[in-house]
Amino acid sequence: MEKGLAAYWKKNLSYMVILLSIWAAVSYGCGILFAEQLNAIKVGGFPLGFWFAQQGAIYVFVALIFIYYRLMEKLDREHDVHE
Amino acid sequence: MSILTWTYIMVGATFAIYLGIAWVSRVKTTKGFYVAGGGVSPLANGMATAADWMSAASFISMAGMISFLGYDGAIYLLGWTGGYVLLALLLAPYLRKFGKFTVPDFVGDRYYSDVARFVALMCAIFVSFTYVAGQMRGVGIVFSRFLEVDVNTGVVIGMAIVFFYAALGGMKGITYTQVAQYLVLIVAYLIPAIAISLKITGHPIPQIGFGGTIAEGANSGQYLLDVLNRLNTDLGFAAYTSGSKSMLDVICITLALMVGTAGLPHVIIRFYTVPSVRGARISAGYALFFIALLYTTAPAVASFARYNMINTINNTAYADAPSWVKNWEKTGLFAWVDKNNDGIIQYSKGDAFKEKPKFTKETGALGQRMVSNELTDKTNEVFIDNDIIVLANPEIANLPPWVIALVAAGGLAAALSTASGLLLVISSSISHDLYYRMINRQATEAKRLTVGRVMIGVAVLIAGYFGINPPGFVAQVVAFAFGLAASSFFPIIVLGIFDKRTNREGAICGMVSGIGFTFLYIVNNKFLGGTPWLLGISSEGIGTVGMIINFVVTLVVSRLTAAPPKEVQELVESIRYPRGAGSAMDH
Repeated sequence: MEKGLAAYWKKNLSYMVILLSIWAAVSYGCGILFAEQLNAIKVGGFPLGFWFAQQGAIYVFVALIFIYYRLMEKLDREHDVHE
Repeated sequence: MSILTWTYIMVGATFAIYLGIAWVSRVKTTKGFYVAGGGVSPLANGMATAADWMSAASFISMAGMISFLGYDGAIYLLGWTGGYVLLALLLAPYLRKFGKFTVPDFVGDRYYSDVARFVALMCAIFVSFTYVAGQMRGVGIVFSRFLEVDVNTGVVIGMAIVFFYAALGGMKGITYTQVAQYLVLIVAYLIPAIAISLKITGHPIPQIGFGGTIAEGANSGQYLLDVLNRLNTDLGFAAYTSGSKSMLDVICITLALMVGTAGLPHVIIRFYTVPSVRGARISAGYALFFIALLYTTAPAVASFARYNMINTINNTAYADAPSWVKNWEKTGLFAWVDKNNDGIIQYSKGDAFKEKPKFTKETGALGQRMVSNELTDKTNEVFIDNDIIVLANPEIANLPPWVIALVAAGGLAAALSTASGLLLVISSSISHDLYYRMINRQATEAKRLTVGRVMIGVAVLIAGYFGINPPGFVAQVVAFAFGLAASSFFPIIVLGIFDKRTNREGAICGMVSGIGFTFLYIVNNKFLGGTPWLLGISSEGIGTVGMIINFVVTLVVSRLTAAPPKEVQELVESIRYPRGAGSAMDH
């Protein structure tokens, strides 16, 4: 049981690191640090960096939470710690 | 029917609904009072969280701020949504598994210390009062603009309503009224947004119309954002889609707002109301989805309004200005000084005059209201309050009177829902954390419930007092709320979950140094006339640095002092696994 739980926690941490990297990449990366460069690309009327900063990053945020929910749902069952 | 009649009907009907819900969900136990009995469905909790989170400022002022800031408005959009990802991944599921009533509960138990509990308690109260004063004022302002009653009367009516449903139903009453309030505010926000998107771009979805082309007029066929960039630069502003703040400051402000959001007690406490850990995880997703509906619409509204504003106001003779301009001039949200005496409104970068308009009783040759402010040497002749963007939208889009009435009800819903959530945090901090946990452990259930209700009453009175006599620094203390939450709660809660070695000494030193630094930096900038000496980071963003200091100090001091006791390490171990969450406990 102890070993299983350690594996569970490790897996959880790796999901978190990956999802939070995406979180930082879309907001701080695409929306702020590289916004100026991305603004050279236009999607419809949107300069891409501006779109990430005012729209895109928010959509990704919502998706990340639901993805984490799904991943953890599965992980909880695999390690038999679900409620 | 007139706008005023419609407004009375809309506001009256929504208030009746809130009171009805409160009566149905009145509670008899402390568990019902603090965490709604722990049985709220994740979807309902998501809606309630969204209403709790979106204040009068989000509803009324945010689109206006973005409209004037352009790209830089992203600090609010990202900052006030991104924190939910942190909440969902780093905090909510674990705090739910921990299963007590409040944030100071967690801090006090995890760090086996009443000092830590007390520091957390003071932070929770300070942050919540900072916020709630602004909400009560917001209620008063909406009343005065739409119902033609005095601002102070509006505050008193708002106080009475909030007191009734918060004291009666506690968290349970608040939760279900917030669900209703969310529905009112989102419908009230989306209808005018869709109408104005159709009017300007011909597209019904604002989020898409915003990147589309202009449907009619001189600029038809051109992309809206291109036209806005051109208009902005012609008038001396930065291009709409690129910012004027420094990149470091944008990053710091955004991060401080995100982390501050995740550390705000009235947001965190909502996750104690769902029945399970998985409920807490998904409920954060629902909450952000419902928030995103408004937050992705706001920047679209901002750009439509900016285009419309410049087009209808700049170089238009005052005599020909549309009626909404004159309507909002009456309420003081718009002012015009004819500096060059040509009878034509000129709008450009810079303030037309110093400070907010001080209207005299006189009117000018064209019937415009005169102001007594000292004029600046800028060519700009116009004062426009941010709030006008959302409030005047229905009139700009020629929507029927009932929509204008609905916007009034929406603004009230936003202000009341946030105020009630904050009042509950204040009440629970005092009646649960201070009275029950630290003063009288023998108190009976009935007695504690009474103390909770009395505390809501006291908090309403104090909040109302600040609503009627707003301290001059209200706008400035908002930086405090986020800065403090970011530099105090967030690091020690995260470390409390993810680092078993973090101990009492580390947490207390971390909280004190994080808050201390942030507090002094803000006071120095805002009140003592100092300059932002640290790399030009503004007061709004300094919470990020305070948070980093807190993390570092907590980690270092914890390593240098004794490890936490075994039972605390076991507690940390147990909150990592969802099984056995049960409902929130009370001991």
